[in-house]
Amino acid sequence: MAFNHKHLIDITEYSDTDIMTILETAKAFSEVNERAIKKVPTLKGKTIVNMFNEPSTRTRSSFELAEKRLSADSLNFGGSSTSTVKGESLIDTVMTLNAYKIDMIIVRDKHAGAPYILTQHSPAHVIDAGDGKHGHPTQALLDLYSIWERKGSFEGLKVGIVGDIGHSRVCGSLIPALKIMGAEVTVVAPGTLLPARPDILGADHVSYSLDDVLPELDVVYMLRIQRERLEGAPFPSLREYHELFGLTKRREHLMKPDAIICHPGPINRGVEFDSYMADHPERSVILDQVYAGICVRMAALYLLLGGADNGLSA
Amino acid sequence: MAFLLKSAHVVDPAAGIDGVVDVKIENDRIVEVGEDLSADGAEVLDLSGKVLVPGLVDMHVHLREPGYEHKGTIESETRAAAKGGMTGVCSMPNTDPVTDNGVTIEYVKSVAEREGHCRVFPSGAMTRGLKGEIISEMGDMVAHGAVAFTDDGRGVQGAGMLRRAMDYGKMFGKVFMSHCQDEDLVGDGQVNEGVVSTRLGLLGWPAEGEEIQIARDIAVARLTGAKLHIQHISTARGLELVRAAKAEGLEVTCEATPHHMFLTEDAIGETYDTSLKVNPPLRTAEDAAAIVAGVIDGTVDAIVTDHAPHADWEKAREFELAPFGMTGIEASLALVNTNLVKTGKIDYGRMVELMSIAPRRILGVDAVSIQPGSLADITVFDPEVTWTVGADGYESKANNCGFAGTEVTGRATDVFVGGKRTLTDGVIC
Repeated sequence: MAFNHKHLIDITEYSDTDIMTILETAKAFSEVNERAIKKVPTLKGKTIVNMFNEPSTRTRSSFELAEKRLSADSLNFGGSSTSTVKGESLIDTVMTLNAYKIDMIIVRDKHAGAPYILTQHSPAHVIDAGDGKHGHPTQALLDLYSIWERKGSFEGLKVGIVGDIGHSRVCGSLIPALKIMGAEVTVVAPGTLLPARPDILGADHVSYSLDDVLPELDVVYMLRIQRERLEGAPFPSLREYHELFGLTKRREHLMKPDAIICHPGPINRGVEFDSYMADHPERSVILDQVYAGICVRMAALYLLLGGADNGLSA
Repeated sequence: MAFLLKSAHVVDPAAGIDGVVDVKIENDRIVEVGEDLSADGAEVLDLSGKVLVPGLVDMHVHLREPGYEHKGTIESETRAAAKGGMTGVCSMPNTDPVTDNGVTIEYVKSVAEREGHCRVFPSGAMTRGLKGEIISEMGDMVAHGAVAFTDDGRGVQGAGMLRRAMDYGKMFGKVFMSHCQDEDLVGDGQVNEGVVSTRLGLLGWPAEGEEIQIARDIAVARLTGAKLHIQHISTARGLELVRAAKAEGLEVTCEATPHHMFLTEDAIGETYDTSLKVNPPLRTAEDAAAIVAGVIDGTVDAIVTDHAPHADWEKAREFELAPFGMTGIEASLALVNTNLVKTGKIDYGRMVELMSIAPRRILGVDAVSIQPGSLADITVFDPEVTWTVGADGYESKANNCGFAGTEVTGRATDVFVGGKRTLTDGVIC
């Protein structure tokens, strides 16, 4: 098993084999999470910094659990107490972390490209836990894991991504990752929520109509819509958005019988979908995705920090 | 002081010279041009193999003083200008305080006279504080030596405001220089909207955000009869608008930078290199090719750098937090020589028009020509020497040159400003 990556930032640097290695490793770690004692000594003695420079609860919790279950020493660094708030630059902050002799940095930052800056100023491994509107590779990997579990393979799979594609770091990693794995991707959104060039991310088709594309899709991936914005909002009202792009019970007849529903969370009931779809017992894999997040992150930590080649064992 | 500049290849389309002749300087003037001139006590410089042209002028430079001396000073940035072969620069008014009154113009001029390494032609703000609300005291600024007006850095947002500034200021006969950027459309755009903005997850700065204001400014120039100069033009369609305005007979000129001609958005990769963050942004290869075509056919009047020094720590940041702008004045002559002259796209005569004659004409400052009686502002360069941008550091206080590491051909060796040497054998005097 050759896995020669130091960082997990740009998913396009990963081959389909690399990605399958991560998914299969995640599956192996899944067993640990089902035990009564959910802990293995795999990363004992490794120090991992969770550098969250913007608010995040889910991603941070998921990484923390993954680190703890692999017995790594983790340090939470960030939030309102960060030195960046006190005017220190990202580079000076990471130099400080280096002096702690750390092995890995998990970084969430509101600015695109921040993880790359860390790689240039630290010997540590870096995992991008979301940078601006650029990327969020572990989210993409956990999405792939959930899809793989249900669909068995990616080749020819038709995936529709609905919602705020243009401002989504998830899409920055998910669409390229789906393409690497051989899926066909359609993005569905009003023009205000599309990037300038969806094709550059890898999208095969662009549609303004959910109803038109729904009958084709094996996977319907709903993106979170920001409720907060009013001034300069990209659509006239949540009501109209829900009407045009919401996945609702009344649209179910358009879906394939085995089509599944994904969402990166946190969900907005009544916006991206209604409760019927969000909670759909056969279709919705939203909570499976949350669980997959732990497994995939355990796999990423393990593989990047040396995997079996480093004498570490699961 | 007297100098006899011997055996250089002299190029000056204004004087109709393109050949090897001697040039003699006495005090601040050129006194004789011809073959085999005798020294008569003048210091003799053998310039065989070099090219001698009327002194180059970069009409778009940020000297940063007063207010941003940590980025650059009038001393350091005119030093960089001299190193690049420039005999004069037009300074931009986005200083702190803003150069929007006679006192600040006077300050820039006096520091330049005391510490400068080339002539400084200051421009003044079109609106007070660059706020786009109130006309600045243009008359006072002209009285103290302002050569042009511009709200460079953001541009005047309201068409009515632009009209008032032009209608009022046109009585001074100076040119209005426009930074074209529709803020409502461009917003927080970071890079050209399209391939790179999508790939890097950065907000797009669409070409249309520039073109809308080029079209508007041409219309307001038509309405008011003011002289308009479009700054750092970066898009093919924007250039087409200027071409049409010229064909119509309007007094409209434009300038282009080496980075908008010789770099494209594709240079910005996953490394998020902030030295390539400029405003307007690097555009597509098609846009860059159109600008070069405009340089060749005469639509582009002047080549400028928009030299914008920033402290290293200001640029060593997340792309979205880093300020816009790159330095370039030390490399522009070499970049033009390498990419336009050596490739046969233009000849040295056209280069002299773009980098010396037109900038002076647009700014309305004294013309310089290689003929007796002219001010002795002269640039001499070695057209064949090859060097790497940034390899030996910079004279500028800043290092944010987007061409760092690029191998180029041609470099200034000797510069005279009003008969005084500012660069000798590539070394600042």
